[in-house]
Amino acid sequence: MAHEDPHAPRLYGLVAEFDSPDALVAAGRRAVQEGYRDLDAYTPFPIEALHEAMGFDRTRVPLVVLIGAITGAVAGYGLQYWASTIAYPLNVGGRPLHSWPAFIVPTFETTVLFAALAAVFGMLALNRLPQPYHPIFNTPRFALASRDRFFLAIEARDPKFDLVATRRFLESFTPREVTEVEE
Amino acid sequence: MNALDSVPELAGLRRVALWAAVSGVLATLAGALFDPTQFFRSYLMAWVYWGGVALGCLGLLMVYHLTGGGWGVAIRRLLEAAAGTLPAAAVLFVPLLFGLGALYAWTDRAAVLADHVLSQKAAYLNVPFFIARTALYFVVWLALAHFLDRWSRRQDETAEAWPGERMKRLSGGGLVVYGLAMTFAAFDWIMSLEPHWFSTIFGMIFIADSALGALAFVLVISYLLARGGAFGRVLAPPILNDLGNLLLAFVMVYAYVSFSQLLIIWSANLPEEITWYLHRVEGGWQLLANALAIFYFAVPFMVLLSRGNKRQPRRLALIAGGVLAARLLSVFFLIGPAFYRRGLGAHWLDVAALVGLGGVWVALFVWRLSSRPLLAQGDPELAPALARKH
Repeated sequence: MAHEDPHAPRLYGLVAEFDSPDALVAAGRRAVQEGYRDLDAYTPFPIEALHEAMGFDRTRVPLVVLIGAITGAVAGYGLQYWASTIAYPLNVGGRPLHSWPAFIVPTFETTVLFAALAAVFGMLALNRLPQPYHPIFNTPRFALASRDRFFLAIEARDPKFDLVATRRFLESFTPREVTEVEE
Repeated sequence: MNALDSVPELAGLRRVALWAAVSGVLATLAGALFDPTQFFRSYLMAWVYWGGVALGCLGLLMVYHLTGGGWGVAIRRLLEAAAGTLPAAAVLFVPLLFGLGALYAWTDRAAVLADHVLSQKAAYLNVPFFIARTALYFVVWLALAHFLDRWSRRQDETAEAWPGERMKRLSGGGLVVYGLAMTFAAFDWIMSLEPHWFSTIFGMIFIADSALGALAFVLVISYLLARGGAFGRVLAPPILNDLGNLLLAFVMVYAYVSFSQLLIIWSANLPEEITWYLHRVEGGWQLLANALAIFYFAVPFMVLLSRGNKRQPRRLALIAGGVLAARLLSVFFLIGPAFYRRGLGAHWLDVAALVGLGGVWVALFVWRLSSRPLLAQGDPELAPALARKH
């Protein structure tokens, strides 16, 4: 649409505000079933049912953590192996240079360290964080998402998004309000 | 009243258990006539395997009473049924008291007097004190099991909260006493088979091994039970996930305490300590040691990392069954090398005693389980577990 003002704010999506977690879970489940894909929920506390209802279980963080853990194990063991058999082959109490029992504890530590770092930074990267600006904060009363309100956002870039139909869909779950939020 | 009122699903298991009991006990008795020494050795291993499951269940039951949670309400009756077999398990321990001479080198007075270390230990390692201590351990376990059972039955009858409160309070102190009794039982029954050797963490190894065996056993049984019905509803995927994580935790705890012992003894390399491991890395025993590391740690650890494996009842039961089978290796690793000094070996009586005692114990377990409803109606955790949406 060439005649559109390039500086006019574009629509981020529709955000529905709910009073109860159950209403949010119901709306979220239905939305996924209807075929919406670019959507997100915001709640003051974790809701286990929501994860299943909206398919949030499919995350790649575990894979990142596993790769981190394996890297840590190989690096930790490899470092000790290299140091004690190749770089500084010292005879300690007549034990073999490659004394694996002594290597296990540091290897465990590096495994946990790398896995934990992979978890934190992998999670941040997959969430595309840090993000100094996010349009969801344009939603009125969004601060209540960390207190006692439950928000469901369907983004405008979703192929199935239609301003009228999506609004009607969200309103069928009797939210307190459905807001058009701008980018 | 039908004996299998609450657990018709276990009729097949009971039949197998009874057949195993009859054939195993007959074979064991026949073997005992020809080779009493071997009988006592095999019987000790069989008792540690099955008695360990029962004792582990008592420990898990107390952990549940102390912490609460959806994971425990599902398997609570199974733990209670296993803890309820402890009086019978105590009776089944009695034969071993007649074979102390065949089992423990420290019962030989002449050998003790000739050995400096053993004569120093004689104040602790002597037959009357051993029997008194064993009796004390059973008094502790049976008392804990008795009161937990009594208040659990009261909890079913009354809507009041006091039975739950009492079980919680007993379990707090009870776990401390239980841990001490388990530790010293491990020292007496297993560690003193090689009386020169000592390891303070050995009690923890026995506790972790028993808890792991108990949880694996309970998971296998609950899979057999959970074909639909309210029990299956309580044992939903999130609960299975928790139980799978608990199994993973116990697998790691066992590996952790076992490796701690190995690392410390290997580092010090003292003659009176390292000998225990030398017996276990020579003469074919290294095969068992490797198999233990693979099947009791590496494989269950890897497969239990996957969330899908924990949420799928069949897969979790298969993993638990594998752990239960691998626990045979761990019990054999702890005890076997004390008896088979000339290298890796086993006797047919080892199998017969294991099958016979296992049959008797599992039949007792099924009988105890069928005497009460499968779900604890009085447990405040039950309503939320049943109401959970999936």
